[in-house]
Amino acid sequence: MQPPSRGPAGAGPAGVSSPAHDALTRAHLASAYREEWARVVATVAKKFGSLDIAEDAAAEAFATAAARWTEDGIPPNPGAWLQTTATRTAIDRLRRENTRDARHREALMLYDAPPEPTGAIEDDRLRLVFTCCHPALAMEARVALTLRMVGGLTVAEIARAFLVQETTMAARITRAKAKISAAGIPYRLPDAEDLPARVSGVLAVLFLIFNEGYLATGPDTGPVREDLTAEAIRLTRLVHALLPADGETTGMLGLMLLTDARRSARVSSSGELVPLGEQDRALWDADLISEGHALVRERLASGAAPGRYQLLAAINAVHTDGDRTDWSQVVALYDQLVRLDPSPIVALNRGIAVAELEGPAAGLALIDPLDLRAYHGFHAARADLLRRLGRLEEARVAYDAAIALAGNTAETAFLRSRRPE
Amino acid sequence: MQYLINVIDDRSESGTAEEAVAIDAFNEKLVAGGHWVFAAGLADPTVSTVIDGRGDEPVFTDGPFAETKEWAAGLWIIEAEDLDVALELMAEGSKACNRRLEVRPVLAPPA
Repeated sequence: MQPPSRGPAGAGPAGVSSPAHDALTRAHLASAYREEWARVVATVAKKFGSLDIAEDAAAEAFATAAARWTEDGIPPNPGAWLQTTATRTAIDRLRRENTRDARHREALMLYDAPPEPTGAIEDDRLRLVFTCCHPALAMEARVALTLRMVGGLTVAEIARAFLVQETTMAARITRAKAKISAAGIPYRLPDAEDLPARVSGVLAVLFLIFNEGYLATGPDTGPVREDLTAEAIRLTRLVHALLPADGETTGMLGLMLLTDARRSARVSSSGELVPLGEQDRALWDADLISEGHALVRERLASGAAPGRYQLLAAINAVHTDGDRTDWSQVVALYDQLVRLDPSPIVALNRGIAVAELEGPAAGLALIDPLDLRAYHGFHAARADLLRRLGRLEEARVAYDAAIALAGNTAETAFLRSRRPE
Repeated sequence: MQYLINVIDDRSESGTAEEAVAIDAFNEKLVAGGHWVFAAGLADPTVSTVIDGRGDEPVFTDGPFAETKEWAAGLWIIEAEDLDVALELMAEGSKACNRRLEVRPVLAPPA
């Protein structure tokens, strides 16, 4: 075990606790938790071939750290301390259970193996991400596992985020871990030829987490769930750091940053959604916008044909550039997106952009024939265009349909305020 | 590990000559790659017999054990290192037999 060390700036001597010292330890713990959780889970999972063991060992190592670091001070290398403690915890558990699994016996023999080099640990984290987002798992299981194993959220936090009972969420995670183990879902990096499809599966999970935060649904939840958007961005930053050359991952990060940058301007003080054109641009986060723009420029400079998320990031870069949106650029980008993704939702968003460029009648002509009656956004877009065209009776019907289907509290409030009397 | 693959079907005796040729070619590939364990087509579930031998005298009943809209029309057992290998192989198998497949792990014998 590492000798205890003093933390910087005013930490008390080892074993003596003071409020400043305790606060510093808590801050170190919180940052170690954010930084190291996925590394600890990934390394232990690789060594022992079990997510279950890895999850328990990581949780116990952090609990031990909470007790020991207050007493003994912060170790010089908190990450290595946590890895060692988690590995020992896992070994103790396997010895107790007197395991007969060959993989575990092998891991026990590696007990005194030197710690892995950093590069290998980065690969372990990437393996962990791919395993949690495996296409043989149901989407809701992928989301839950990724938040638990990679994000380090507690089961209670994930349950709250998705508005389900904690026991339901715990069962979902347990079932997913059991399938990974019983079905032989491997803990390794996908082959080069499978990589794009598998990365796209990972990005779908991250985007779902982000959207659940950004477009939170349900009468009892706030209009924006910052816990979820922040977690989605943190996870996407991690995947981007692990796969820096992947264009769609870069695009996804840019898309999230440019969307999140507008968060404070998006809901009015009275709780109504504020449309893009009416938002106070002074409230936008300039740092996030410049980081997002840099990511979009990086993809443009690569000269490679952009995928879906890169195009969506570019559209959001246009929205956040200068004093007003250049709608001709937005329409041109949607033209490209429609070729990649001919879904009616993309056609709807293109129609909304055309309405801004050529007027509401042109937009309505594109939107009306779309088969999206079950989607509130379709009715909201039609309602807005009909209102602008002075067709108030039809607009009222469309607003009512949109209000009935919308699940986001700020959006419902906005629709009610716009509905003609 | 080993995986059982059920061929999912909702029609009777629906195999075609083209499918048989494609399945043969696919099976040869399984053998060449060391993945082959067993494969067979199955007769229609309506000709099956259910046995209950748990009592003093065995009881035989006509028909499948469960009335379902879909059933197994055939099966493979393959050897694959992990699920990714099994899925990649059987995606090709699904194309060859022109049907959806269910991949299920075979339980490993106790150590």
